[in-house]
Amino acid sequence: MSMPGSSSAARSVFERLHSWVVTVDHKKLGLMYIMYGLLFFVVAGVEASLMRIQLAVPNNHFLSPQVFNQLFTMHGTTMVFLVGMPIIFGFANYLVPLMIGARDLAFPRLNAFGFWLSVFGGLLLYFSIIGAMGMYGAGSAPDVGWFAYSPLTSKAFSRGHSTDYWTLGVLVGGFGSIATAANIVTTIVCLRCPGMTLMKMPLLVWLNLLMCGMVLMVMSPLTAAQIMLLLDRYLGAHFFDTQAGGSAVLWQHFFWIFGHPEVYVLIIPGFAFASEIIPVFSRKAIFGYPVMVGATVTIAFVSFGVWAHHMFCVGMTSVGNTFFAISTMLVGVPTGIKIFNWIGTMWGGKIRFDTPMLFCLGFLFQFLIAGLTGVMLAVTPFDWQLSDSYFVVAHFHFVLVGSLLFTIFAAIYYWFPKATGRMLSERLGKWHFWLFIIGFHVTFDTMHIPGILGMPRRIYTYEAGRGWETLNLICSLGVVLQAAAVLIFVWNVLRSLIKGQRTGNDPWDAWTLEWSTTSPPPEYNFAERPVIRSRRPLWDVKHPTDPDWKYE
Amino acid sequence: MTNVGKARSERCALTASSLVFSAFFLVPLTLVAAAAPDSSLIPSIFSPESTPAHSIHQLSLLVLAISAAIFLVVVGLIAYAAIRFRRRAEDDGKEPPQVYGSNPVEVAWTTVPLLIVVVLALATARVIQEVQNAPQPESALDVQVIGHQWWWEIRYPKLGILTANELHVPVSSENRRAPTFIELRSADVAHSFWVPRLAGKTDLIPNRVNKMWMEPTRTGLFLGQCAEYCGTEHAKMLLRVYVHTPEEFERWVSEQKAIIARNPEVAAGRLVFERTACVNCHTLNGTIGDGRFGPDLTHLMSRETLGSGALPNSPENLRAWIQQPDRFKPGVLMPGMNLTATELDQLAAYLATLK
Repeated sequence: MSMPGSSSAARSVFERLHSWVVTVDHKKLGLMYIMYGLLFFVVAGVEASLMRIQLAVPNNHFLSPQVFNQLFTMHGTTMVFLVGMPIIFGFANYLVPLMIGARDLAFPRLNAFGFWLSVFGGLLLYFSIIGAMGMYGAGSAPDVGWFAYSPLTSKAFSRGHSTDYWTLGVLVGGFGSIATAANIVTTIVCLRCPGMTLMKMPLLVWLNLLMCGMVLMVMSPLTAAQIMLLLDRYLGAHFFDTQAGGSAVLWQHFFWIFGHPEVYVLIIPGFAFASEIIPVFSRKAIFGYPVMVGATVTIAFVSFGVWAHHMFCVGMTSVGNTFFAISTMLVGVPTGIKIFNWIGTMWGGKIRFDTPMLFCLGFLFQFLIAGLTGVMLAVTPFDWQLSDSYFVVAHFHFVLVGSLLFTIFAAIYYWFPKATGRMLSERLGKWHFWLFIIGFHVTFDTMHIPGILGMPRRIYTYEAGRGWETLNLICSLGVVLQAAAVLIFVWNVLRSLIKGQRTGNDPWDAWTLEWSTTSPPPEYNFAERPVIRSRRPLWDVKHPTDPDWKYE
Repeated sequence: MTNVGKARSERCALTASSLVFSAFFLVPLTLVAAAAPDSSLIPSIFSPESTPAHSIHQLSLLVLAISAAIFLVVVGLIAYAAIRFRRRAEDDGKEPPQVYGSNPVEVAWTTVPLLIVVVLALATARVIQEVQNAPQPESALDVQVIGHQWWWEIRYPKLGILTANELHVPVSSENRRAPTFIELRSADVAHSFWVPRLAGKTDLIPNRVNKMWMEPTRTGLFLGQCAEYCGTEHAKMLLRVYVHTPEEFERWVSEQKAIIARNPEVAAGRLVFERTACVNCHTLNGTIGDGRFGPDLTHLMSRETLGSGALPNSPENLRAWIQQPDRFKPGVLMPGMNLTATELDQLAAYLATLK
């Protein structure tokens, strides 16, 4: 039976999907990165919620230890490699060419290659659930923890293939990250529009340049470590095989010299979002632009010399412990400078409290706390108590949720109208913000205390009578508010895609180049190549009598 | 949105943010006040009873005080900026004056944090030195702890004692110092020894010897557990430290060194032990059992818990554990022994004599 109308409609849907799969356009790839990250964000959020149900009461039997251990391994790995990295690369992809007045990244095909490698890595990791032939039943997800300390990953202690899926998934995703980072660095170095010297780039571009440079450096030790682990497991090598004279501590060095700069790889794009959004909603130029650049360069540099603060308990010498304590504390100085400069930007402004700005204020508050608990953890003897306790879990959730995720939400509310031509609902956005920030604080403020009371992380259950019960219950209750907030956010996005208020090129009255083109931008971004004279080209256009280039 | 609506939503925003701030301070305080029935069993790092934990505690109070001061100043600045510089309902629509930065201000807020870092670094280095490089006095007790999946092997090399999961040490007093110096090793994967009220944690890493020490100043039971993820039953690798008066400790030592006389009434149970797989993994002095994979059972009845703290050591629990350890500690490496009812009776009666 032939129905010409319906078959042509079907073909057009197929064609539209096909155009996304084969695209090399930085905007489509950027959006796909972000959607891919948000999808896994929901998955990893469900994993976290299951763990919080298990921990809500002592001696709970909701989850078996095996499943719980798989859940925290997958939650951590997913949030870092399949949520954080794709989302920050997505924004870098989407925004960097628009902000520097380029038509695309330097290597569009490499860009697509990097994206699809990341997707493949993620799918490989999750395929382990049915394909890994682990110790328990037909398949099993990895259960070695997201930093997979040896020798727990050796054949003797990790039978089956779940660890191999973890290794390969992370390895393949890492290749994708290297490809994309190289691409973005090249783009920023080579494709800036006329007039845009390095010191006239928007801070977001500067920070993404530094982030991508760091990715190129940190992915190497991680990749090397994963390959050594594969050699140990399959070719009889003994890098981490303690039974044959290998070193368990070697893995920790390799992992953390990736792992600690990786934290900054994730949070520097968060700084980048805040550094674009806070000025626009305060109606002021960023305070101390050159200092902000310098502080970030310093953070990036020092972050390569702090990794062993994750290893204060492994029995390093007192000299080693002191060195890493001091280097870690030093990171606090440029970080503090950044916080002060954001406050300086707000100072004397006319602050608009739209959703993006609310999320940025939440970020400032939480990032301050994350920084202070970070200094506590840098004090080696204090860390001997706090390391591997729930205090640490609370600390890094303040960094990755309270700071990074808050700025990601801010960025989504801020650039959604650019990418779609429609505004997200401010009313739902406020609900999202308040439910999320309250839920976040209920869960993660409370979570510091069981750590202080001696509760180690990664335990699937605990005994009653240690003072942990009420606190854990409260942590778990906060999840309800956060989950509700995320549901409102998802609803807001879906609803606004169809019914959102249509918007012009520049709904926030902003100053960087992406707001000078249409919303959404055409495939070629700019009909004419922009020429700029200051860091805020649209300010110059809007205030011809008082342009920035007179003062910079 | 109209200006009036905006102003209203801003007021809401400010009220709600002050709520968040106060929650941040009040909630934790209330919760710490609501302590568990026996507060001496809460392994809080803020109620230290031993020297390294004491010096860490004092350092942490300094760090907390500095952090609290920074927190109040910076939160105050954020809140002040957000409230004072919000856009008013009567706004004239003009852009505020543009300020691009200020070098003196930048220098100021770089120097002050640097000075704070210097203070913290000196205090930190001092306590690191104090704890890590403490000399071992003659009177110190030597202990070796070996981590296994998922239990603790405890050896007293100079006393010839071998036990598991429950560490017994003497209390230290001013005129009679008796610190305990511990060598930490692992038989399989990485573990971490953590008894918060006595000392910070130190990892047990295979192919490596780590050292730590503690000098408890109060007698009693102190709880701890493995703090480095070590596989399926990481959560049930619990640790108990009993701090005794010198006399009590001597008594405990002599009990552990005592050779248990063969009791003919439980000979059948001993035979069950020797003829089943028990002997492959467990050492029991006076039998052929010399396995090293599981805990030493020579003085099993002197311990208060089974399965590294998984359950209290009672006759019923012991029988249930032998038949199906997985029920209490899913994933445990000890298999269920599948004994007949008679064999189980005999074995339990025998084990009950291992005081």
